[in-house]
Amino acid sequence: MAVDRFPVEYSHIMMFARSVGDPNPIYHDPEAAKATEPGAVIAPPTFVQSSAQFDPDYVLRPKIGAPWFGSGKNPTGVAPGSGGGGNGGGLHAEQHYEYHRHPQAGDVLTATVKPGESWEKQGRRGGKLLFQETITEYRDQNGELVVTARGIGVRTERPATSEA
Amino acid sequence: MALKASEVKVGDVFSCVLVEDLKRTQIVQYAGASGDYNPLHTDEIFTKEVAGYPSVFAHGMLTMGMTARLLTDTVGDGRLTRYGVRFTAQVWPGDDLSAKATVTAVQDVDGVAIAEFDVETTNQDGAVVLSGSAAARLDP
Repeated sequence: MAVDRFPVEYSHIMMFARSVGDPNPIYHDPEAAKATEPGAVIAPPTFVQSSAQFDPDYVLRPKIGAPWFGSGKNPTGVAPGSGGGGNGGGLHAEQHYEYHRHPQAGDVLTATVKPGESWEKQGRRGGKLLFQETITEYRDQNGELVVTARGIGVRTERPATSEA
Repeated sequence: MALKASEVKVGDVFSCVLVEDLKRTQIVQYAGASGDYNPLHTDEIFTKEVAGYPSVFAHGMLTMGMTARLLTDTVGDGRLTRYGVRFTAQVWPGDDLSAKATVTAVQDVDGVAIAEFDVETTNQDGAVVLSGSAAARLDP
């Protein structure tokens, strides 16, 4: 997901670390973080994934005033086949990070995305599996490369009866 | 405190329990923090009735994030240079997850000690849900 401005903020890091069950003070206590080698609140290793919050077009976030495919009165909020998110999209097959340095609270990152390879495989229960690789480069306010992320998503071709 | 190259050797194993009886609320907490609000992770009705799964399930990235704690607790803050995984099975509410990191190499790369690890997270049935590798900069 391409993002023009991804401010790395202390409270976002704190909430992210809580959600992955990591009580390390370097993620929530600026005083304690000063005494560590990085010397500041840093982002946990998988934090850059939350740049999704700053992608205006991210499809897996409800948009104000727009239809959402999760349940409300009905099990799904969109008509079948309307293209409003379908069965929840693909699944995440792999994720890889290379750390050039670890982002700190106060950094302002950008994310640029380029498609990688794509390929097909036959699924075990029939149907094709469609794999797509995506490479995301996170750079800081000085234009320095901070994290390189490589994700692989997979989409399954399922029988029409089981699709939204 | 960072891990020291002099105190670690190939074959050393580090492990910890990541979560017992994973709660749907923690999955919701991860959705809110990460920004991935896919109903497959947060909306039981949609997931069962529309998508056809037995229940909501955890984001692969939640398992990767939980597993990262073993690595950073082992090697020290800000020491990871690489971390990559494959998601090999789904993680469901109620699962117990344990992670294991095995040292596969300790080497000098341009004067810097680097350790390589195989990483694996398993559930209560011993099924591998995440499999990957990592590298970290060590103290001498």
